[in-house]
Amino acid sequence: MGTPKATLEEVLTLASAHFKVPREKLAPDDDFFKTLGIDSLQALDLLTRLEHHFHIELPDYELQGVSDFRTLAERIQARL
Amino acid sequence: MKSFRGEALSWELLDGVVEVSLHREPCNEIGSLTLDDLEQFVGALDVLEEQAHAVIIYSELKAGFCAGADLRELYRRSQELARSDAAKGVRGYLERIHRVLNRIDASPLTTIAAVHGVTFGGGFELALVCDLIIADKMARFCFPELRLGLIPGFGGIPRLKRDLGNAVVRDLLLTGRSLNATKVQQVGLVSQVVAEGESLRAARATAAQLGKFDRRTSIAAKKFIKPIPYEDLREEIDIFCELFAQPAVEAGLRKFVESEDALPYLP
Repeated sequence: MGTPKATLEEVLTLASAHFKVPREKLAPDDDFFKTLGIDSLQALDLLTRLEHHFHIELPDYELQGVSDFRTLAERIQARL
Repeated sequence: MKSFRGEALSWELLDGVVEVSLHREPCNEIGSLTLDDLEQFVGALDVLEEQAHAVIIYSELKAGFCAGADLRELYRRSQELARSDAAKGVRGYLERIHRVLNRIDASPLTTIAAVHGVTFGGGFELALVCDLIIADKMARFCFPELRLGLIPGFGGIPRLKRDLGNAVVRDLLLTGRSLNATKVQQVGLVSQVVAEGESLRAARATAAQLGKFDRRTSIAAKKFIKPIPYEDLREEIDIFCELFAQPAVEAGLRKFVESEDALPYLP
């Protein structure tokens, strides 16, 4: 199991690569909807990619109200 | 008729396989246009069944297989009518979609849903009608209806019950959460998970394999292994119509319609 810091970094790296936003433009406390310019459909796509990457199952209702990378990474960490 | 081009879907018969492609923007929402085209397809099935051995249903759209019922049309039509007429209209619509889906379910052809991306609500129900579901690894499945104060109305619950243990059915239905393709394969709904963008190719390879078998044997095997839960399907329409009259549904649909987001009921 990775450390919380490593998990956060992997989330940022994956989001950066998939949505083609330079990694240096993403910060842990950014609102990922705004920074990545995505809607709920694309957020679902990100969730599926994160589930595959970390080999976890993350119910979407656990992400209710979550919009920053740091909290997203914490939810993932809790499932590792 | 060996091919058809409708506003919401098209089909073509090629080498014994009928390929049905969904192409209604933004994500193949099932409203009156799709239902009209599906009825055309079902009307042609008697003839197609003499010439084909398999059907593949897939989406041409990047967003996914199908996002479910056209809730904006449902809301708009229900607002245009008096309450009692709206209830009759919903029942009539459900009766029509059930006739279409039951006919595909009972077809002697082997049916394959090749899915990717969003496979939600009515889209999930359309896939469940098929004998095999082949999913792109990025496909995502969900019954979000409870978030709107409803239950699935296109035969979803009876067909889930046919294929799965009740614990999974309850989880999918009562939490309304979405599941990825790997999970849905683990629970036994999806037969193959393939790489991103490969579901149609895999479905075509599978359909070609099916064509090598004796048709009469395949038909007998399907009939034996896949009973159609007609009684539960009738009951589902009754429950849906009863719930549709509740104020929570109007509120849920209004919230959906007023949002510009693609899937405003998520997460």
